[in-house]
Amino acid sequence: MKRLGRLFRTTAFKLAIGILLIFTIFAITILVYVGFSAQRLLDEQVSVTVSEEIKGLLGQYNIGGVVRLVRQIERRSQQPGSSLYLVTSASGETLAGNIMSVESEGLLEAGTYELFYRVIEDGEPRPHRALVETVILPGGFRLMVGRDLAETARFRAVIWRTGGWSILFVLALAVTGGVFVARRVLTRIDQMTETTRLIMAGDFSGRLTVSGTDDELDRLAQSLNTMLERIQELMKGLKEVSDNIAHDLKTPLTRLRNSAEEALRNSRSVDDLRLALDHVIDEADGLIKLFNALLMIARAEAGGAFDRGDNLDLSAIAHDVAELYEPLADEAGMKLIVKANAPIEIRGSRELLGQALANLIDNAIKYSASREQEDTHQKNEITVAVERKNDVIELSVADRGPGIAEEDRGRVLDRFVRLETSRTRPGSGLGLSLAAAIARLHNGTLKLEDHAPGLRVVLSLPVMSKT
Amino acid sequence: MTLAGKADQVLGIMKLLLIEDDASAAAYLVKAFRELGHSIDHASDGLDGYAMAADGRYDVLIVDRMIPRMDGLALIRALREQAIETPALILSALGQVDDRVKGLRAGADDYLPKPYAFSELLARVEILSRRARIAPTDETTFRVADLELDRLSHRVTRAGVEIDLQPREFRLLEYLMRHAGQVVTRTMLLEHVWDYHFDPQTNVIDVHVSRLRAKIDKNHTVQLIHTIRGAGYTLRETSR
Repeated sequence: MKRLGRLFRTTAFKLAIGILLIFTIFAITILVYVGFSAQRLLDEQVSVTVSEEIKGLLGQYNIGGVVRLVRQIERRSQQPGSSLYLVTSASGETLAGNIMSVESEGLLEAGTYELFYRVIEDGEPRPHRALVETVILPGGFRLMVGRDLAETARFRAVIWRTGGWSILFVLALAVTGGVFVARRVLTRIDQMTETTRLIMAGDFSGRLTVSGTDDELDRLAQSLNTMLERIQELMKGLKEVSDNIAHDLKTPLTRLRNSAEEALRNSRSVDDLRLALDHVIDEADGLIKLFNALLMIARAEAGGAFDRGDNLDLSAIAHDVAELYEPLADEAGMKLIVKANAPIEIRGSRELLGQALANLIDNAIKYSASREQEDTHQKNEITVAVERKNDVIELSVADRGPGIAEEDRGRVLDRFVRLETSRTRPGSGLGLSLAAAIARLHNGTLKLEDHAPGLRVVLSLPVMSKT
Repeated sequence: MTLAGKADQVLGIMKLLLIEDDASAAAYLVKAFRELGHSIDHASDGLDGYAMAADGRYDVLIVDRMIPRMDGLALIRALREQAIETPALILSALGQVDDRVKGLRAGADDYLPKPYAFSELLARVEILSRRARIAPTDETTFRVADLELDRLSHRVTRAGVEIDLQPREFRLLEYLMRHAGQVVTRTMLLEHVWDYHFDPQTNVIDVHVSRLRAKIDKNHTVQLIHTIRGAGYTLRETSR
């Protein structure tokens, strides 16, 4: 019962019923119109034939008077058919005719009207309806000619009945169809609801079934599935982030706590304590940096962290940041070369792009500093380049360091991943993933390439649209 | 200006207003500034803070961004509409790029994301307070001891000998000389000389300063650029 109630509440069913109602009203209107028109046509036909016959009989009367008329009537009354005849005297006695009795009392009146009379059928008198025309002849004689209406009544009944039945039939068909369609839709929607419930309960692997008919429900299911896919990815990302945060924040936190405890236990002088506190502050600062970087990555991954951005010259940023790091490279015995001559306009955040580039240059200096190159003419060069390649703008930092093995390249973009070879160096392990996040925030990508020898990190940004 | 006010100015004593709702953070700052001899009042919500700041007798306002009864940005905006131009520094837990821009747009003069080092806050507040007291300089020449910097001709001389500086080194020295005697932090240098606010991860600024120092102080007995441990740098004639 409840299921039926739900069925009636479905949109498909309501639609079917609505259309059905309109259709029914329309059909009934047509039926009534046709019915009444047919009846009028039949009635007219009957009255015309009756008038014609009266005309003929009056002709007979004019030739031979009442006697000829009576004889004529008697002859016609013998013939089978639905014609009715009656001739009475002025006092109402029947002179000739095939009607036994007329319902109305008294004399027949002149004119055309409907009349009830009795016919013996199966030994019993039954009232019949007839359309009659009566004329009064000189001397008070009355001539009545009529037609039994049973036949037209039957015809009319047939029209009404067939019409009624066909409407009923169509109604039944439509209701069945509506129920069928609604149930079909309902089953699929129910399936969808069931799946979404499961997903809400936490099972993100569930997907809506796509029937393959490519109808509107299929399309809905497909886009919902795509959405679920994306949500699942985000959830996975979130879980990874929290796992990593848990792991990598706890390590420095533990160190910090240890230093504080150690200072409490072992410090003998104020200077000892001072030193220990300095150390604690350094650790705390490191944590803050880590935390800020994580926040920025999280924001970048959530998307839309900054509105629109400004129009910037990427070449200018490259020169600025390279200039900032130039002395550092110099101290590490490296040469920082900038290849960015023409201004290249992009849309974005100067701060974030500057930060990304700073991270890349910083990495390049950090990881290629120790490498001693025999080949002197390419000795420890770091090249920062900005160039436009068709529909992308590439900001790249290339070094002559040890590079990163191809199988590790995807991994180092993940948060906190630091290859074993670099574990001992300072750094949070967030530099590259922060740069990648900033690239994504600008609808761009970050790729690691072989620079043979060395590593080339390419930050690709889409060319600014003309708007 | 009152006589006492003038005396304060000479002694470098600041009258500060701290608008901060976190009681322990406020207590810490009040104590720290008083220990240095500054006078500091504290308001714990936006409305009180606005009322206190409205008569403009403070040198610098230190305003927490998120405070009850009136948001820090709204407070500064309201003061600026009243033509009260007391320099204001915003403290905020929101350290993202666009938050900073919003803060400065509201009329704040500086923006410091939480958590911060006290030395950083102190250096910034001192710079703001001095900027308020001394009319913006239109001098074309800065002079500290025998070091001279001409902003128009971009010439720098020490004891009459011209020193050749890169454009960025010139800007770095100009900033240090403009704030001679005051402590400037590494982030302040990155902000004002390079116009970036990100965390450079490494000691890039130190390398720049030491290069500049090599050009300025080399072969001179009096060192002008000093490192202030745990804070930053200062340019002055005598070491403290």
